[in-house]
Amino acid sequence: MSGPRIRQAHSTIPQPNRRELTAAIALTALSLGGLGRPAAFAQAPERIVVAGGVITEVIYALGLQDRVVGVDSTSQYPAQALRDKANVGYVRALSAEGVLSLKPSLIMVVDGAGPPDAVSLLKESGVKIVTIDDGQTPEGVVAKIAAIGAALGAAEPAGRLAAETKARFEELSALRAAITQKRRILFVLALQNGRALVGGRNSSADAIIRLAGAVNVADTIEGYKPMTEESIAAAQPEIVVMMRRGAGDHAIKPDDLFALPAFARTPAASERRLIQMDGLYLLGFGPRTPMAARDLMAAIYPEAAIPPLKTAAAP
Amino acid sequence: MTSPALATLIAGRRRAGLVTIVGFALACLLLAVVAVGQGAIAIAPSRIAEILLAKLSGDAGLLEARDVLVVLNIRLPRVLLGLLVGAGLAVSGALMQGLFRNPLADPGLVGVSSGAALAAATTIVLGDRFLAGTMMKLPFAALPLGAFCGGLVTTLALYLIATRGGRTSVATMLLAGVALGALASALTGLLAFISDDRQLRDLTFWSLGSLGGASWTKLSVVAPIILPILMLMPFLARGLNGLMLGEAEAYHLGIPVQRIKALAILLVALAVGASVAAAGLIGFVGIVVPHLIRLSVGPDHRLLLPLSALGGAMLLVSADIVARLIVVPAELPIGIVTAAIGAPFFLWLLLRRTSLIDV
Repeated sequence: MSGPRIRQAHSTIPQPNRRELTAAIALTALSLGGLGRPAAFAQAPERIVVAGGVITEVIYALGLQDRVVGVDSTSQYPAQALRDKANVGYVRALSAEGVLSLKPSLIMVVDGAGPPDAVSLLKESGVKIVTIDDGQTPEGVVAKIAAIGAALGAAEPAGRLAAETKARFEELSALRAAITQKRRILFVLALQNGRALVGGRNSSADAIIRLAGAVNVADTIEGYKPMTEESIAAAQPEIVVMMRRGAGDHAIKPDDLFALPAFARTPAASERRLIQMDGLYLLGFGPRTPMAARDLMAAIYPEAAIPPLKTAAAP
Repeated sequence: MTSPALATLIAGRRRAGLVTIVGFALACLLLAVVAVGQGAIAIAPSRIAEILLAKLSGDAGLLEARDVLVVLNIRLPRVLLGLLVGAGLAVSGALMQGLFRNPLADPGLVGVSSGAALAAATTIVLGDRFLAGTMMKLPFAALPLGAFCGGLVTTLALYLIATRGGRTSVATMLLAGVALGALASALTGLLAFISDDRQLRDLTFWSLGSLGGASWTKLSVVAPIILPILMLMPFLARGLNGLMLGEAEAYHLGIPVQRIKALAILLVALAVGASVAAAGLIGFVGIVVPHLIRLSVGPDHRLLLPLSALGGAMLLVSADIVARLIVVPAELPIGIVTAAIGAPFFLWLLLRRTSLIDV
């Protein structure tokens, strides 16, 4: 691309005069000086405060984390985000002065960050605020990545990541199309005194179950809600999905779960089918989501030998 | 004791009381100044003074920089709101305790806070669904207005239930308050049940209280409610002192018992409604500050009410300093801090005393 332009320059201006030469040297010096920082984005915002784990995840995926000075407490992936950056608190309970104390030049929040009073104070402060739509569909995830890239002046690498993610979703959709007999899944967010808090319709759990080519048996419930024992027994889930919470006491063992009266008579219990996955990976709805959905699919349909996504890098 | 000696003694007492009030007021002022100077962003005291002077003199020249915004639009309204809400809550507690002649009485006990909380929960959970148009126009006003109305409606219901033939029965009111409070909590629970994830978390954070949402708009709503209450307070002191003897006795002393009761209830409803509306649920201040004051200066309402107001203001502003400095750049809900600072101090004070009941 630069080749023809140089040739043209030579043809029209055979003898560069002194002023042009000085300007060229100065420009070269300037661009060399900019090499310390990512030269391509030299004029882009340098101090970013992020409220919303998925934004942090995308920024790290784009390798732009050096420009981030603060993240919120939901920014748990990658793990070093909360280790390396200041923690501005929970995404819906931000402190206006706390955020401003990091001297941000750009504040990126997911829609629903708050409280509204703090956000309006931040807007008054004159710092640029970008709100990212937190969609939980493949289109939503792709749009999210593109929007984050656009806000960072990194549209090109973000566009690449978005395109890769889109391709992975398409590949996933092809895998999904091959599933003829959809299994019935119950997502259990938590067990409170033996009562199950399940993921119903319009929850992130519901979205990932659909992406994995399965049926959510709790879709008569809206959001994350407790489900009665009888309804669980009547829903006849073939598989129970839960979040993995490290080793310790929090890990649920299949024997414990299926000993509960609500679960004892379900098909899931008779086959001892409990899938446990990392919660953020499973429900984060960022660039890793196609892989998470594929992994869930592989766990739900082990006999189908679901292949890994071809375009997928290691998560 | 001869009568001139008694007169001297009373005059001495009164002077001592006045000195205490002035001392408290000065301490409160000092604390407010310190609070304006503290925050996540370090701003030199001289710069703060400069900003405040420029604001007072209407010099708009330097009102550009970020630290100006922080001092004028974040900290100053926040400290003022803390003073007002703290004073309002503590005075409400003192009034309730005087009215019920029960040191355990608290606006939370008679359902006023629960009613305000129910209304706030309604705006959080159902606001988007039913008030879509209004919420767009008044996104920041809907919650405080809702909470305020909730507190008032509960109090009105309480008053109507407990008043028969022009007489308000404090015992009926207490029982009805417990019932209304339980009903409001149940309905709040129902709303929590039908809320989605985000709304549920908003409810949780709101119920822990915060001064983080302070703004001049909010102050302009809260101040005209709480300031007059603080002004009216002295007129209730004598009546509440008389009520300590018992209602019939107070009546025969010539105290307008019914009027005192009605006024106290109205003031509590307004103060609590406004506080809850502006800062969420902040427990502990209303019940403990009047006790602290009573433990140190005795039960005379002429001292108790103003000192409670000042003490409540100081407790809340101190708690807020901690809330916004301890986990910078994040901030803690203030309800956690008031309880964490106040409760051990209160226990220590109780343990120092030999008798626990002579309030």
